[in-house]
Amino acid sequence: MPRELHLSVELGGSPSAGLRGNDPAESLTAPYWAALTGLAEQGALDFVTLGDSFAPSPDDHVGRLDPVAVLARVAPTSRSIGLVPTVTTTHTEPFHTSTALATLDFVSEGRAGWLVDVAGTAAEARAAGRRRAAPAADLWAEAADAAEVAARLWDSWEDDAEIRDAATGRFVDRARLHYVDFEGPHFSVRGPSIVPRPPQGRPPVVVALAAHDPYGRRELAARHADVVLLEAADIGAARLARETLLDRVAEAGRDPQDIRVLLRVSVDLCAGALAAAEPAVGPRFTGAATALAPLLAEWHTATGVDGFHLVPSTVGTELPLLVHGLVPRLREAGLFRAGYTGRTLRDHLGLTRPANRYVEAVR
Amino acid sequence: MTTDRTGKPRRQVHLPDRTAAPRRQVHLAAHFPGVNNTTVWTDPDSGSQIDFSSFRHLARTAERGKFDFLFLAEGLRLRERKGLIHDLDVVGRPDSLTVLNAVAAVTERLGLAATVNATFNEPYELARRFSSLDHLSGGRAAWNVVTTSDAFTGENFRRGGYLDRADRYRRAEEFVEVARALWDAWPPDRAPRTVRHSGAQFDLAARPALPHSPQRHPVLIQAGDSDEGREFAARGADVVFSRHGSLEAGRAFHTDVKRRLARYGRRPEDLLILPAATFVLGDTDAEAQEHAALIRRQQVSPATALAFLENVWGRDLSGYDPDGPLPDVDPVPDSELVQGWAHAGDRFGIAARWRAHAEEKHLSIRELAIEQTARQSFVGTPESVAAAIDAHVQAEAADGFILVPHLTPGGLDAFVDRVVPLLQERGVFRADYAGTTLRDHLGLARPGSVREEGAAS
Repeated sequence: MPRELHLSVELGGSPSAGLRGNDPAESLTAPYWAALTGLAEQGALDFVTLGDSFAPSPDDHVGRLDPVAVLARVAPTSRSIGLVPTVTTTHTEPFHTSTALATLDFVSEGRAGWLVDVAGTAAEARAAGRRRAAPAADLWAEAADAAEVAARLWDSWEDDAEIRDAATGRFVDRARLHYVDFEGPHFSVRGPSIVPRPPQGRPPVVVALAAHDPYGRRELAARHADVVLLEAADIGAARLARETLLDRVAEAGRDPQDIRVLLRVSVDLCAGALAAAEPAVGPRFTGAATALAPLLAEWHTATGVDGFHLVPSTVGTELPLLVHGLVPRLREAGLFRAGYTGRTLRDHLGLTRPANRYVEAVR
Repeated sequence: MTTDRTGKPRRQVHLPDRTAAPRRQVHLAAHFPGVNNTTVWTDPDSGSQIDFSSFRHLARTAERGKFDFLFLAEGLRLRERKGLIHDLDVVGRPDSLTVLNAVAAVTERLGLAATVNATFNEPYELARRFSSLDHLSGGRAAWNVVTTSDAFTGENFRRGGYLDRADRYRRAEEFVEVARALWDAWPPDRAPRTVRHSGAQFDLAARPALPHSPQRHPVLIQAGDSDEGREFAARGADVVFSRHGSLEAGRAFHTDVKRRLARYGRRPEDLLILPAATFVLGDTDAEAQEHAALIRRQQVSPATALAFLENVWGRDLSGYDPDGPLPDVDPVPDSELVQGWAHAGDRFGIAARWRAHAEEKHLSIRELAIEQTARQSFVGTPESVAAAIDAHVQAEAADGFILVPHLTPGGLDAFVDRVVPLLQERGVFRADYAGTTLRDHLGLARPGSVREEGAAS
């Protein structure tokens, strides 16, 4: 039986075409996002991502909503699809990032993830007004610290910390709440979290990675990522990048089986209809959705990756084609689930709920 | 003749007199039960304080009752006493903006108010988060702007540190000024302007991420009670969340704050005063009083009573019997025994007053704590509670109330089922929402003037 693959899709990107290709300002309304995630869920995709920037590009005439807000808004209108916002770590408070993502996990009942990114431009630094733009290496090292803090804060409440013991008048057992005591060059965080441990224990951490990325970004992926969205120039490079990554994961003391590697594929299913918003990175597919299926099957085998992260050039017009064209073909080939069998994002990805580091340390 | 939902004819009471001046309208908000001892968790009906189903239930109940908004508080560090995490009260809550975006999906008209700290956030990011909530909810966002001065909370943040009292309000004012400049800077069908601000607290240049949201500015709520707090509210808040629940205190506060408005070219109706209020209902007044007494005992366990006194005494009182007399030792000034609570103020004065009071009325530690922490504003039958709320509003002691139920998530059910219809019959509370935005519900104008680029600098 063939190995099933995992599929995710980026919902942001160019807002130049709405879901039905009409008013771009639709992307500032909840129904637009509810329709997109609903569609992705119809296809039983593992998760959707929603990109972010702290400074709008000068040719953005529509505006960009906070991705955590958007995905929290659609959580109650969906049931199964994983919800993975980009949250940058450069100008945010790590404490707020961890509590917002824990909350997304609660409101979605276990479907949150976190696509970690940095905000490296001078425009973003000026908008935040707190510090100058810094070299990428520093920013990625800081991102790894933020991921470490988030993981500790998510674990800072043991699952059974809430005891409601009327006899002693205690609501929580304070022995099961933990200070995280993180100290780093950019911030220190005492803890514990103000939010109990999220339904997934720790929402999966997602890192986009290319072979030429700075050391800090590769280390972040090796030490903290549950899912890596791999960018590679071609199939040979993808296979090599995956092997290199998994070696590094093992060196970092983690089991490579605990990581899902998805190859990023730019897709343009209505070529010529609209110019691509940005130059494509890595494998790029132009053609009909049905023709993409055999190609993904081939790449899946050739590279050893666990699946694909699809980045449509115009999501509003292409997502329906992916769901109604690509997904049925993959199912026919026995390569993709007929429907969700689990409830949480970790279930979809085949990742177990992680043990709590503080329980292991203490008991 | 009007009928209730079961089809029975409704008693017609207090129909508005069309010849008299129109009766002042009551505004109501629902406070999600907080992480303090007002919230009872030992009751069998006490549900989860964190699961989304609890937020959905309370929000939908409030919307069924045509409330103005749902209100969420915030705390950025778990409270401590004697260097240990306080374990006697409900604890653990979500990030308020994130949970309110989800609540927006399960409600249609209810306003959504998040308490967010201006000390441990930065304007560009927070302005975008509130604008996002306002866009995604169709104009229902509100921001209760608070500040924190303590280094204890700062230990969870990059900023760390400590702000002195005056700087707290300076930061909040400058924060709001920058946020409003960002909210103003991208008018519909126009290109966004770059907001440049250089002040004592913030120095930034930013193009807003989003065009005008439905309300343009989320409703701004202010909760401080000090002179600076009142002035801050008069200058620019839309709602004051006050603690003056009694008729006399409420009238004095109302008069004082509304009088300050003229100085800033604002009218009395431009700022609503909504005190926090709790309620206990019963079929008879006696039954309600009995139920209220039971709730007070649930709220103040023996351990909680000692903890309550320790907040004032600033010293370990665990050796004292909660059912015995008050401590005979004096408070410790400037104690850091407890962290994360509001400051006790004049410890010696409070302790002396309580001792005298307890001696006179023969109260134990627990009995005194029960009496002193009683925040039961409205106790009685639905008729008497509706009458009392109406009376407060007609007497200009409040424009309405932020109701704090003592149970999660069902604590508002009886109020909506039994009291709201009576307020509607009195002609002082909406039978249905007339508008779509929170500003519509509160009778507040949408901000209109276009600020010039760089006006904040």
